[in-house]
Amino acid sequence: MRNYSAVGLIFANMYDESFRDGTAVRSMGSLPFGGRYRLIDFPLSAMVNAGITKVGVITKSNYQSLMDHIGSGKAWDLSRKNEGLYFLPPRSSDDAMYQGRIGSLMDVVPFLNHSKEDLVVLSDCHMVTSMDFDAMIKSHVESGADVTIACRHGVVPKLPDIPVLTMDASCHVTDLLLGRIADQKAYYGTGVYVMRKDWLLRILTEAAARNLYHFERDILQRRREELKIRGYVVPSLVMPIYSTESYFNANLALLEDEVRSQLFPKNRPVYTKLKDCDPVQYGLHAEVTNSLVGDGAHIDGKVKNSIIFRGVQIARNVELENCVVMQNVSVGDHCKLVNIIADKNVVIRNGVTLQGSESYPVYIAKNSII
Amino acid sequence: MFRKQECVAMLLAGGQGSRLYALTRKIAKPAVPYGGKYRIIDFPLSNCVNSGIETVGVLTQYQPLELNDYIGSGQPWDLDRMDAGVHVLPPYQRNQGADWYKGTANAIYQNIDFIQRYNPEYVLVLSGDHIYKMDYSDMLAYHKEKGADCTIAVLDVPKEEASRFGILNTNPDGSIYEFDEKPAVPKSTLASMGIYIFTWEKLRKYLIADEEDSTSQNDFGKNVLPTMLNSGERMFAYRFEGYWKDVGTIDSLWEANMDLLDPNVPLDLSDPSWKIYSRNPGMPPQYLSATSQVQNSSITEGCVIHGKVESSVIFAGVTVEEGAEIVQSILMPGAVVRKGAKVQYAILAEDVEVCEGAVVGEAPEEIDDLSRWGVAVVASGIKVGAGGKVLAKGMIEADVKDGEEVSAHA
Repeated sequence: MRNYSAVGLIFANMYDESFRDGTAVRSMGSLPFGGRYRLIDFPLSAMVNAGITKVGVITKSNYQSLMDHIGSGKAWDLSRKNEGLYFLPPRSSDDAMYQGRIGSLMDVVPFLNHSKEDLVVLSDCHMVTSMDFDAMIKSHVESGADVTIACRHGVVPKLPDIPVLTMDASCHVTDLLLGRIADQKAYYGTGVYVMRKDWLLRILTEAAARNLYHFERDILQRRREELKIRGYVVPSLVMPIYSTESYFNANLALLEDEVRSQLFPKNRPVYTKLKDCDPVQYGLHAEVTNSLVGDGAHIDGKVKNSIIFRGVQIARNVELENCVVMQNVSVGDHCKLVNIIADKNVVIRNGVTLQGSESYPVYIAKNSII
Repeated sequence: MFRKQECVAMLLAGGQGSRLYALTRKIAKPAVPYGGKYRIIDFPLSNCVNSGIETVGVLTQYQPLELNDYIGSGQPWDLDRMDAGVHVLPPYQRNQGADWYKGTANAIYQNIDFIQRYNPEYVLVLSGDHIYKMDYSDMLAYHKEKGADCTIAVLDVPKEEASRFGILNTNPDGSIYEFDEKPAVPKSTLASMGIYIFTWEKLRKYLIADEEDSTSQNDFGKNVLPTMLNSGERMFAYRFEGYWKDVGTIDSLWEANMDLLDPNVPLDLSDPSWKIYSRNPGMPPQYLSATSQVQNSSITEGCVIHGKVESSVIFAGVTVEEGAEIVQSILMPGAVVRKGAKVQYAILAEDVEVCEGAVVGEAPEEIDDLSRWGVAVVASGIKVGAGGKVLAKGMIEADVKDGEEVSAHA
């Protein structure tokens, strides 16, 4: 038994615009990742693994694929008689009411009012991590802070208004900038916040009264001195997705043993929607090395350093290197693909050669036929 | 009040499967893993759902724990329904005493009340021993068209194999005039597949009569079906065409897995219109390292392969280390094969560990006396020590010490 109770809120659309190739047809939360997952699987599973049994998914637009993926929440054990998963699309079409993180949160005040939990955990979907939420929540409770911001040290990702923190020895935030300054290394926020629910509700009411909507700027930055803001340095791997290149690299990073062991810790599984695919079939001519392969793939060609999602078909005499190939893509005979991201259901007919560069992979949009 | 169901399926899953030896010491035969991510029972259960049958009673008796857990609420097969769905039916105590299921017919007899509450027209009786994809609704349509009281699915088997099966001799209209259990000189090649559709009214009557007959073994094949035939009931053979395999022995289980790797065998598990559902562990995708060499194999989630895998079926969460070699083998969930070990023509049950340099199984071409050759089996949780050797036909149920050479180790 845990000595706290928390409700989770996941922002499925936050930072959609930073990776337009991938989010043109879907939300950030439903972006496919790592051979069988969608980005939302990571925060959702992490919350469930921390014993959170009530999670609201806040969406704004483009959320059909997200709803299809999450369904009743069964795959995360969140299809419950009491509590479980709540889908929270916008309540009104009035855009003014839906600006920024505060706007989204204003929309879910009734959900929060109906929650009996004392704490709220907010998470975005654009930072891939299997961090231990339980450890972060405990650290927040012990510190007595108003709000705890999860952060990592490193080169600050190119995201608009990303919080960049300066902390003292006890992790108290002494300065908070928004947005990166050149390529310097610093502590940056990973889009996860823990706070008391009554505190959040009070802040929301005040912000609404003052017509403020930017959580990071109008609350955290502007009121930094009067609030007790703490940083929590996430001890495990965090991979930010903010561009085609970062998406490509984060996928290929899964080919490293250390990355896989950090992202798929044995005691904190990452859950996802089950597909009932058959096992992967490797043909007589298959030559697959240093690759991650999702179930239901049928491979008879050469695959190297690639991420192959569920249900992908790769014919004989194909050469694939450094590719991210999403669900149900089919690659015909005698194709050669290097540094390619192929979105869902792409069909590449026989004899096609396509090459991107490592720092600028070619993105083939969903349902394209080449 | 239960909604009426036209057809209720009853799945006989209580068998021990004693000819699978080490593989069924702790689990019932229908729970035996098959095909990389399935268990045998997934086939009849998925066939039911795909055929539109929403009520399935699963009769359990032998080692039911793992099977019960596996079936659970029936959700993986979409059989968690309001009042239909899958129901696990173990033997139970009544006010006039308690019985184990004495035979296949008695198992259904003891659950007459379960069937009756759905007030069905027909009952489909299945066993949990076979790998096949079949649309039971076609068979039911045939049963209705013939106005039959009982329809038995049959497979046309090669003449030379017919004497291994229960053979049905039929008239040109498909009606059955004789049962011939493992005949020395078969008159026909139509083998019973152990799949029966009964008109419930009739079956109920015969089950009650069979129970009252103290000389009966309460078995469908031995008692109820012959009695119905002798009483002049309308019994028909329904010809099935397609892949069907009894996986009751080590050799047939191994072959049925190998069949999945043969493109000429008509068993397609990737057909989206007839999915085989299973309870899924939900592990990360499989990783094949830079040193891996994988050909003609079926591998599923959670596996990490650094070695060589050829013509093998690898279940979830298996590790094959660098320099290890897997040939023509079946590795069940969680098995680990350490550096430089070799597994050939073998079945490793769940969580087996084959240590460095050990060899499990023998290739037939390495053996002069082929009568000595057979698939080697290592039971679940067993460790084969470094440099240990398990010979062909080995049936290993205790740890093999480092450097030890064994064929059987009970």
